[in-house]
Amino acid sequence: MSVKLTIMDQMAEIAREHGKILAPLSDDLVLLDTGLDSLGFAVLVARLEDRLGIDPFTASDDAQFPVTFGDFVKVYENGAR
Amino acid sequence: MARAEALPLRQRIGQGFAEQAFWDRAACARIADLRAGTALGGRLAELADKSVVVATASQLTTALALIELDGVARRLLILPPDVDPAYLDALLAGAEIDAAVVDRATPANAAFDRGVRIVCDEVIVPAERLAVASRDTEWVMLTSGTTGIPKMVVHSRAGLTASIKPAVGDGPVVWGTFYDIRRYGGLQIFLRAVLGGASLVLSSAGEPIAEHLDRLGRLGVTHLSGTPSHWRRALMSPSIRKISPRYVRLSGEIADQTVLDALRIALPQASIAHAYASTEAGVAFEVDDGRAGFPASYIGIARDGVELKIADGSLCIRSPRTASRYLGGDATLADPDGFIDSGDMVELHGNRYVFVGRRGGIINIGGLKVHPEEIETVINRHPQVRMSLVRPKPSPITGSIVIADVVLKSGRAGAGGEFAAVKGDILKLCRDALPRHKVPVAISFVPALDVAATGKLARRHG
Repeated sequence: MSVKLTIMDQMAEIAREHGKILAPLSDDLVLLDTGLDSLGFAVLVARLEDRLGIDPFTASDDAQFPVTFGDFVKVYENGAR
Repeated sequence: MARAEALPLRQRIGQGFAEQAFWDRAACARIADLRAGTALGGRLAELADKSVVVATASQLTTALALIELDGVARRLLILPPDVDPAYLDALLAGAEIDAAVVDRATPANAAFDRGVRIVCDEVIVPAERLAVASRDTEWVMLTSGTTGIPKMVVHSRAGLTASIKPAVGDGPVVWGTFYDIRRYGGLQIFLRAVLGGASLVLSSAGEPIAEHLDRLGRLGVTHLSGTPSHWRRALMSPSIRKISPRYVRLSGEIADQTVLDALRIALPQASIAHAYASTEAGVAFEVDDGRAGFPASYIGIARDGVELKIADGSLCIRSPRTASRYLGGDATLADPDGFIDSGDMVELHGNRYVFVGRRGGIINIGGLKVHPEEIETVINRHPQVRMSLVRPKPSPITGSIVIADVVLKSGRAGAGGEFAAVKGDILKLCRDALPRHKVPVAISFVPALDVAATGKLARRHG
């Protein structure tokens, strides 16, 4: 499964577990508008570390927080290389 | 002449720049009008020498009520919006409350019918005569987050304002706070605005972060404060570009290097400081070198009247800014030498102390404190589980999240597919019994857990 699909898959699962409705994901969708809240993203980052073996936010010196879904996927794609 | 901290708040407003205003999402109040006006419908005198609960729904009415009541009431109990209504009767009785200030949005509750009940408005009207404010009012705040009834912590005006220094130069100051002013960290910002003659932008319940940031930008906020979790959320919003504060402050949770670095990049014009403070210990220190933790040189010598020491790995604080006591109950606040044990565990790394977690393992998830034992109890209900240990895992979003190590009665350990069913069962138990921030994000099956000499599970810090 691609990095992007893994992320989408996990977001859908977390939204279901947390009783949230996930917005249709597009690259320019702002993360805060996806339907997940801070806790949802905290869970997502932890699960992705499990699945993909990286936590790019803690590992990297470049501390820019992603703003859109596309940015978020890119951080993981770059980290996974 | 009376020393400044002896003067009640009303006599210290309107001394800054031309137009001091406090805003929330819906309303704006000109604070200078309070010098000869009231938001309490002309009934302030009825609150003289009373023990008053401030149970207003909006932070703007809270702010106005606090300015009016300081020096007039015997005691102020500041009720945060999230206090469990089940505890109201006990809290109000414990604080000997005999008057309530509410606003139109305060939920109806018989607990507030205690003698005098006054509605605070956002509108300030001229007053003929104001009650004389000459008392040293007790300010009572609630501790946050632990299980059971919150403790009531008694502060004085002098202690609450002791860490506030006069603002220097650089034109009008507009404070903003993500933090509710009914909690210690937010109250500090309210007091800074009042004493500094500054304006203040308050948050409103349910306001989306993007709209809040837009509003902060539009009102020209120059100084902005919040917890690291508030700031992480702001950093994820494109609207962070709408603000350009000169000063950014973090408090209320441990600031890690990631959030400090992210703020430096996102708000390059701002000086960034993180403060260490708690409801009990007050403001202990501020760090402004952009690095997490604090210099080892802070320990041992008094700075600004504040002394720090490390006892059994925990940061202890003695200062004139600490609370004086708990109200009710027999818990003691400080040790015989006057030091308050924060329960925040630190380790020396080079010439710097860094925070590694809470003693007793209390975990802070985005400002919500979690006792691992509560989660372990739920996990241990599963018939196949022998014991479990819940511990924090660092999260770049909420500071921490919880994960669990579980020992099965079968003794089998590992991570293979054979554990999927029991893992699913345990998670279901947790989801049914616990709010979602307490549901472990990951479960590992381990052969054993360390048990300390006391017979208790060995909990590592951090």
